[in-house]
Amino acid sequence: MGLILEGIIKAFQLLFTLNPEVLRITLLSLQVSGAATLFSVFVGISTGMILALSSFPGKRFLVSMVNTGMGLPPVVVGLFVMIFLWRNGPFGFLGILYTPLAMIIAQSAIATPIVTGITIAAIQNLPPMLRLQIKSLGATRLQMVWFLVREARLPLLAAVMAGFGGVISEVGASIMVGGNIKGYSRVLTTATVMESGMGNFDVAIALSVILLLLTFLINYLLTTIQQRERPR
Amino acid sequence: MKPSLPLITLENIKIFRGRVKVLDLPTFSLNQREMISLIGPNGSGKSTLLLTLNGLLKPAAGKILFKGRVLDSNQALLESRRRMAMVFQEPLLFDTTVFNNVASGLKIRGIKKEKIRTRVMEYLERFNIGHLAGRSARKLSGGEAQRTSLARALATEPEVLFLDEPFSALDPPTRQSIITDLERIIRETGLAAVLVTHDETEAIRLSDRILVLNRGEIVQTGEPREIMNRPVNRFVAEFVGMENVIPGQVLGKSQGRVSISIPGGIIRTSAADIPGEKVYCGIRPEKIQVWKGESPAAIADENVFQGRVTAVSSNGPFLKVFLDCGLPLSAYMSREILAEEKIKTGDTYSIAFRPEDIHLMPGEDEIS
Repeated sequence: MGLILEGIIKAFQLLFTLNPEVLRITLLSLQVSGAATLFSVFVGISTGMILALSSFPGKRFLVSMVNTGMGLPPVVVGLFVMIFLWRNGPFGFLGILYTPLAMIIAQSAIATPIVTGITIAAIQNLPPMLRLQIKSLGATRLQMVWFLVREARLPLLAAVMAGFGGVISEVGASIMVGGNIKGYSRVLTTATVMESGMGNFDVAIALSVILLLLTFLINYLLTTIQQRERPR
Repeated sequence: MKPSLPLITLENIKIFRGRVKVLDLPTFSLNQREMISLIGPNGSGKSTLLLTLNGLLKPAAGKILFKGRVLDSNQALLESRRRMAMVFQEPLLFDTTVFNNVASGLKIRGIKKEKIRTRVMEYLERFNIGHLAGRSARKLSGGEAQRTSLARALATEPEVLFLDEPFSALDPPTRQSIITDLERIIRETGLAAVLVTHDETEAIRLSDRILVLNRGEIVQTGEPREIMNRPVNRFVAEFVGMENVIPGQVLGKSQGRVSISIPGGIIRTSAADIPGEKVYCGIRPEKIQVWKGESPAAIADENVFQGRVTAVSSNGPFLKVFLDCGLPLSAYMSREILAEEKIKTGDTYSIAFRPEDIHLMPGEDEIS
């Protein structure tokens, strides 16, 4: 028990004393996972909309692929991103392995199928006649997409939360393609793994508490957006 | 006066679902200020026709014209669709306020905010839901939701309104009050309308013309009275409530009367057109008189039968009496008569119908 309590106290100490290392790690976590979430929201919602609204041969196969992708193990993603970015790999010339950018790429690969999958489910869950109703109101294709997004805004925001939750808590891929380099590519999860490996449980707990707080705050913010503007 | 151009014209329209032809219309037109009802069994192509008219369904073959302009491009379709509106069986409201729902069609058209405000309030008042403007569409009763949906459609001030069974999910009093409001607004604004319905009374009340569809084809088209009293065949007859359809054989014609042999005897009709040797005789149940004892003075000595009551069921203000007169017949009786007569199953009654109330249709062999 003492260990946990000490850890929590240490966490608040690190937070309130504005420990520069902890701040840097926290900020980088936010930046990397935020960028990956942003990318996945953009690509995932567009792809999900297209998949949900169109019909073509092979659609079922593609949707199954997306659904499988929702459960992609981060280490597998990490491995493939690593191979692609390896010095002799197809994108080795970019020289971005062990950089935050590589982490963003890996995390995007994890979050995009999650956002896409939930988007497909959200749009397909709307009444099928709704599309005809929107069209009959005189909407262009783009206006129709906008109406559908607005109608599905609750599950779509859930998709954003799920995507962000998936990557902020992810460690395997980040360590593999980011390298956990101090002051450069170290994020909350990779730092926690390292600190606990070194037996520094108090710091590890502190970092975990910060991670939890951060995740809670972001989700609280998104939930507030999701639930507001509900008319009487 | 120069006849006005039809609002919508369909030419040689064919629509397939998979390999099944669901609509085949050589020609169809909707005139300005005209109200048409589409009736027919499930899967007869009513909703398909409605979606085609609205440009929401692309035909495999044929042309759609809106005010003489062929709708052959996405732009033409969009422009024409913006002069039409559609209300479905489900209200299909957006998850926002009633006001925003009614405003949605206007926002789509990029109309200025102040104008949207006045127009929305005007239509909310017209449908008696002005007090609900700020309420969430999720918190409306079925009737309020359908009123909102109708206000949303009409707020765009379309030239045509398409209605796909919009009242079928409502309870009778709500239904009646919405139909009354809608009918008034349609007549006031002078827009054309096409209504899909399963309810013949709704079709009679609201339309200038009724189209009966079966298996994707128009079986009969005409004024409500024409369709109700002079169905072209047995299918239409049964669909429009001409419940007594009796197979018969024409025996001969004399003194302006046609004698027809039917399973329970011989009936005489004044019908001018005899479709063939074998016929179906159609008699609407409300045209059959039922009595006990001495025949009423008004009854001539023609087409009088004796029948045993087999069942009695309630049908609004009337009672429907099923009789076995050698052939099954159904007739309507008012509740008052019933109260006096104490009708019971098993009792024998006299029935009669006038020769002019018998409508002849082609018999089995005559239909090619």
